[in-house]
Amino acid sequence: MTGKRTITAWKKPITYNLRKKARPTEAIIQSFLFFCGVVSILTTLGIVFELGKEAWLFFGDPEISVVKFLTGTEWQPKIGKFGVLPLLNSTLITSLIAVTVAVPLGIATAIFLSEYASPKMRSVLKPILEVLAGVPTVVYGYFALTFMTPLLRSLVGIQNVDVYNMASAGLVMGIMILPLISSMSEDALSAVPQSLREAAYALGATRLETALQVVLPAGLSGIIAAFIIGVSRAVGETMIVAIAAGSGPNFTFNPFNAAETMTGYIARISGGDLSYNTPDYNSIFAIGLLLFLVTFGLNILSRAISRRFREVYE
Amino acid sequence: MNQIKPTTFGSDQEMQDAERVFLQRRHHHARLAQSVFQLTTLLAVIFLATLLVTVVNKSMGYVVVENQVDPATLSDRPLSELTAGELAQILRENLRKNRVRTLERAGFLEDQPKSTLVQLVETEIIQPEVVESYNLFPSLINRGNIIADAAVNFPNARVEFRYWLNGDFLVNSMASQPELAGVRSALLGSLQLILITIVVAFPIGVGAAIYLEEYASHKSWINRLIQTNIDNLAGVPSIVYGILGLALFVRALQPLTSGALFGVEGQNGRTILSAGLTMTLLILPILIINAQEAIRSVPDSLRQASYGLGATRWQTIWHHVLPGTMPGILTGTILAISRAIGETAPLIVVGASTFITSDPTGPFSSFTALPIQIYNWTTRPQPAFQHIAAAAILVLLISLLSLNAAAILLRSRFSKRV
Repeated sequence: MTGKRTITAWKKPITYNLRKKARPTEAIIQSFLFFCGVVSILTTLGIVFELGKEAWLFFGDPEISVVKFLTGTEWQPKIGKFGVLPLLNSTLITSLIAVTVAVPLGIATAIFLSEYASPKMRSVLKPILEVLAGVPTVVYGYFALTFMTPLLRSLVGIQNVDVYNMASAGLVMGIMILPLISSMSEDALSAVPQSLREAAYALGATRLETALQVVLPAGLSGIIAAFIIGVSRAVGETMIVAIAAGSGPNFTFNPFNAAETMTGYIARISGGDLSYNTPDYNSIFAIGLLLFLVTFGLNILSRAISRRFREVYE
Repeated sequence: MNQIKPTTFGSDQEMQDAERVFLQRRHHHARLAQSVFQLTTLLAVIFLATLLVTVVNKSMGYVVVENQVDPATLSDRPLSELTAGELAQILRENLRKNRVRTLERAGFLEDQPKSTLVQLVETEIIQPEVVESYNLFPSLINRGNIIADAAVNFPNARVEFRYWLNGDFLVNSMASQPELAGVRSALLGSLQLILITIVVAFPIGVGAAIYLEEYASHKSWINRLIQTNIDNLAGVPSIVYGILGLALFVRALQPLTSGALFGVEGQNGRTILSAGLTMTLLILPILIINAQEAIRSVPDSLRQASYGLGATRWQTIWHHVLPGTMPGILTGTILAISRAIGETAPLIVVGASTFITSDPTGPFSSFTALPIQIYNWTTRPQPAFQHIAAAAILVLLISLLSLNAAAILLRSRFSKRV
């Protein structure tokens, strides 16, 4: 390519080598980048392997069987009772409260943002929702303990509500997942083509009728996906329940009672001095594995639903 | 569908009336629903405001402080006006011999700087204790009552307005008394933790994003698997990453993470390095997804032009794709990092200590972090700890907000360029 080569080329014909040049650097870089991508697979395998290994040791104890673990109603590691139901039950109750708060509010917010709000209003409201989504969960935990619990106790009566209770944790968890559900639902609603709305208006439908009877059904798959992701987030949430829901397993259906959740138990046990290869240590892996399987399954389900039932308009 | 039967309506007039009523009802519903939607959306704003007000309310207010020893009995002049010699004299007179000997291990009291001596006199002899504390709103509304109550209940105490988030709070380390505790070691711990996370996560995350966007063919099963896997990992609860970190970094890789391989003695695997690596795994999926979006926004024509000039794939990426997409990648990284700063659960599991009074000395030291400190103080029963927890939350929220502001600035610069 240099000037010198052109001059020599003038005198005698040169042969150009048009074959692909071996470029070792390119190959090295590509394999490094591939390795970066594989790290994520290794992470999943690591989670499954490490959690599975310790959980295997846990279930290897002759006193503990998988059936007893999943159906036992008493969790007292001190006397060798490992029934996960009390922990699972309070996880489900707090998540249920959270979803009951967050789903109606989230969908209503999404409808308002995508169907009613002016662009100016959206530009104010969306960052506020983003800030709400960015607040660390430990701060939500503080909020639950210092604001929501006293509020509940003054509303329902101090004698009816424990200092640590599932209702307070669940309500604040609802506030925490609200931005997630509203933003996912809004994405689903915004993806519904404008022509559908225009057709509805042309038939004389009001804004409400268009939103509820045309846009919402069209975006339903996305909203269901958002709902499932919300459940998954609530099930895996740790700090709010660790701070506000109480420490100590308790098999109760009363949301105003204190009861430890699966995540709360893991946080409490691992927060103390934990020695390896004890039933305590192994039990957090068994619960962690259960938690991972539940949330991973919910995430996959959510993705499958939004892909499978997506209405395609083209 | 709605066939209007002639029998229903006697005349045109009646029919029009019925239709008008029907229409009015529909419009009424529509207006009603609109205000309901508006209100629910406003709720989100109200929640955020309540949360901030709760924290600010707790972070300042009147306190009733009682001294164990009245400073006036120690000296007739204020402490700050005394010389080092006089301060040392006070310490010798009022403390037990053993305590003085412990304090003098590093050198004679007289030789220490005056500020240290004043602090020693305060913490060792005067020992101010907050016996009663109030939130901001009661302090503003019931000022008179508070002062009157304090005069009755604690005759020897003084009432002062206290900002729990103050200069001392930022430079003091953890202490067992809430009045003296600060976030210094927690801030430094968080900072080092985040540094390790960035150094490890950024190259791997951007590398994976480049691979998935620029190299991977979407037909190959392994690439599809990687993509699906990353999307699903982003939804795994953070505490599960903590458990993975405990088993992998704290336990299995203990020689590496405790620094034993590098000649550091006396540590177990519960170090900043373990926590940083755990955080790396936690934020990688988010970082990769954000970086992928940024890379996708680079127009294909740019790549084609580069290939047309004979550039190789990597040359194209390095010289043309990455420069254009860097602000986007950085924005995504900042957002991922701000997630890591606030995460608490994985740190609890990998074993951040809650009572650390010294600064972290490097990747192999045990540590505490800001969210851990908040968690620890929140769970203490004494009310004064709730106040310093609020102050620590303010520190955390302010640092997160400034990070997000930086991300927004980057984003707006980026959108102007393209």
